[in-house]
Amino acid sequence: MIYLDYQATTALAPEVAAAMTAAMDHYGNPNSAHRIGRIAAADVELARDRVMTALGRGDGRLIFTSGATEALNTAILGTARSAPADRRRVVTLATEHAAVLDTVLSLRHEGFEPVILPVERDGLVDMDVAEAAIDERAALLAVMQVNNEIGVIQPVAQLGAIARRCGVPVICDAVQGFGRLAVPEADMIAITAHKIHGPKGVGALWLREGLDIPPLMHGGGQEGGLRPGTLAPMLCTGFGVAAQLATERREADMAHVEALWARARDLFADWRLNGSDEQRYHGNLNIRRGGLDAARLLSQLRTIALSLGSACASGTGRPSHVLRAIGLKDEEARGALRIGFGRYTTMDELEQAVALINEAAAIQRVAA
Amino acid sequence: MKRRIYLDHAATTPLLECARMALLDGFVHWANPSSPHAAGREARALLEAARRRIAAALDWDGEVLFTSGASEALAIAIGRSTSDSVLAGATEHDAVLRHVPPSQRLEVDTGGHVLLPDDLAPGTLVVVQHVNSETGVIQPLDAIAELIHAAGAYLLADCSQSAGKMPLPRGADMIALSAHKLGGPIGIGALLVRDLKRLRPSGGQEQGYRAGTEAMPLACGFAAALAASRGWLTDAADWRAMMDNAIIRAGGEVVAGGVPRLCTIGSYRMPGVSAQAQLIRFDMAGIAVSAGSACSSGSLRTSHVLAAMGWSESAASQVVRVSIGHDSRATDIDGFLVQWQAMATGTR
Repeated sequence: MIYLDYQATTALAPEVAAAMTAAMDHYGNPNSAHRIGRIAAADVELARDRVMTALGRGDGRLIFTSGATEALNTAILGTARSAPADRRRVVTLATEHAAVLDTVLSLRHEGFEPVILPVERDGLVDMDVAEAAIDERAALLAVMQVNNEIGVIQPVAQLGAIARRCGVPVICDAVQGFGRLAVPEADMIAITAHKIHGPKGVGALWLREGLDIPPLMHGGGQEGGLRPGTLAPMLCTGFGVAAQLATERREADMAHVEALWARARDLFADWRLNGSDEQRYHGNLNIRRGGLDAARLLSQLRTIALSLGSACASGTGRPSHVLRAIGLKDEEARGALRIGFGRYTTMDELEQAVALINEAAAIQRVAA
Repeated sequence: MKRRIYLDHAATTPLLECARMALLDGFVHWANPSSPHAAGREARALLEAARRRIAAALDWDGEVLFTSGASEALAIAIGRSTSDSVLAGATEHDAVLRHVPPSQRLEVDTGGHVLLPDDLAPGTLVVVQHVNSETGVIQPLDAIAELIHAAGAYLLADCSQSAGKMPLPRGADMIALSAHKLGGPIGIGALLVRDLKRLRPSGGQEQGYRAGTEAMPLACGFAAALAASRGWLTDAADWRAMMDNAIIRAGGEVVAGGVPRLCTIGSYRMPGVSAQAQLIRFDMAGIAVSAGSACSSGSLRTSHVLAAMGWSESAASQVVRVSIGHDSRATDIDGFLVQWQAMATGTR
């Protein structure tokens, strides 16, 4: 099996698995006051430091969650619910992940007005539209750094500058960019472990110094009262090691990704790229071909793991909301493939996979 | 090195060997269970197998929704309930009480048993724990469920402490579970739901009732832990009886000693010695016990559970919880009792 679905999840790094196996013996509850509890708490705090360092943030605070979805829900709902009464608009982009879009839309039931900014054909937000839409009526701006379907890097810093002028807090979904690109300026940043070769079941929300929002759930008062539930030292340890590893290997990983990207672009020369070429994380390739039935292609390629869009939405048969947002017609979107690669993808695997994909696409064309 | 004595299994209990193996197996299949490709489908198959094994081990024929733990399961069950109103027992865990204002809490008797109102409104969601985490008191949930259903109301049972140690209550409409209290990993739990109409949907995973990539390895660890043998519970019952007797003989008091309690939890008052002082001295002696639940033990505030059962603040502040687990030994109990007696007599 050649794995080319790095935006859905990534392989557990051997270093992470080893660290988690060792941490399984530290069985205490980090909230317990006794020695065994304090050993578990030390694991959690070491992991917190490692993730903060990888984020490049020495200030503010980082709370562990069950994943990015919970981090984003906490940030968006908490920020909206504590916003002044005259700030009722919640602003986001049309290409956000469901964890953001669905949460923003759900705020309608609480008297908020969702404002969904369109993107252009290259997947980037239209700055003039953004400028006009973000003002003193906004409770928050939620924007993704690297898109999970088309890899496009949004100008989070510029959007953030507009937001700051109007006193609007910025929430950044940095799930795909964390550990790969520099983390952008924002008031809150959501990340998850399993996209950087860490375990599933743990993520984090970073909050700027002094920022206080109400919790999503209630319970034992853990994580400064912002996130209840017993923290898992094993999962936090795995996240910490994965974050540290990503930082240490950043240059090597990025150089590897660039080499794979260049080769893949050559081999897919007659496919169209979805989304910007330059403003993009190059570990994501989303391409299409006219007349192709990508779903059928996917089911024929049994030895390659790749996808049509986000894993969460797959199986629904709905066309990708991201591809729609960049202006693709449904029949164009039907011919699109998402290919994601990274640290453990070899050049040989990539070349083999591209050959198989091109062959299958050619057969479809002949059959048609 | 002298063996450390861990008697705080109600806070969390060490991972069972079978759960550790299941986690390690799960780590190998790291694909996203929602991915359509073969690797994703393989992860999905393992996730669904874990779900079925959990249902089978618990003899549950309703839905099993995975969550990050019992706190989230309770938050979903209460926060997204389709019921108009919620009532909860006064001795429930904080994860429940933070969702339920004081005016909607049900009193308990001195034995810790919840008192249902005569005028229970139809459609109300009533939250009652199976076993109290601080005292071990068992609520007669089968009888409670009958009364609740007779009124046309619904029962949400918090079975965080009882699951895997006792059969689940038969009549619950929803049940919240946590894996790490029964030898599984921290970071996963479940909400069992008889009828999904009791909940408003939200999220793309877990049949549309929970969002976030499923943590399949944790689910496998959970399932493996539930299937493990419970032979040790017989020893636990003997040891708890031994502790109860020894502590009474030494001048102590057993919390809720006269009512049925889970055999792994004992809560004891040492007259004249604050729980804080006891905890420090037990810890120095290499013994891990706790004052109330772990979540609030950092703050050392007086237990809301004992207050609801009619304990004075001063008496309640002298109570320490001891909880037995799958790797406890007779020598652990002996070691604890020696320290307890020394502390109780030394300070008189």
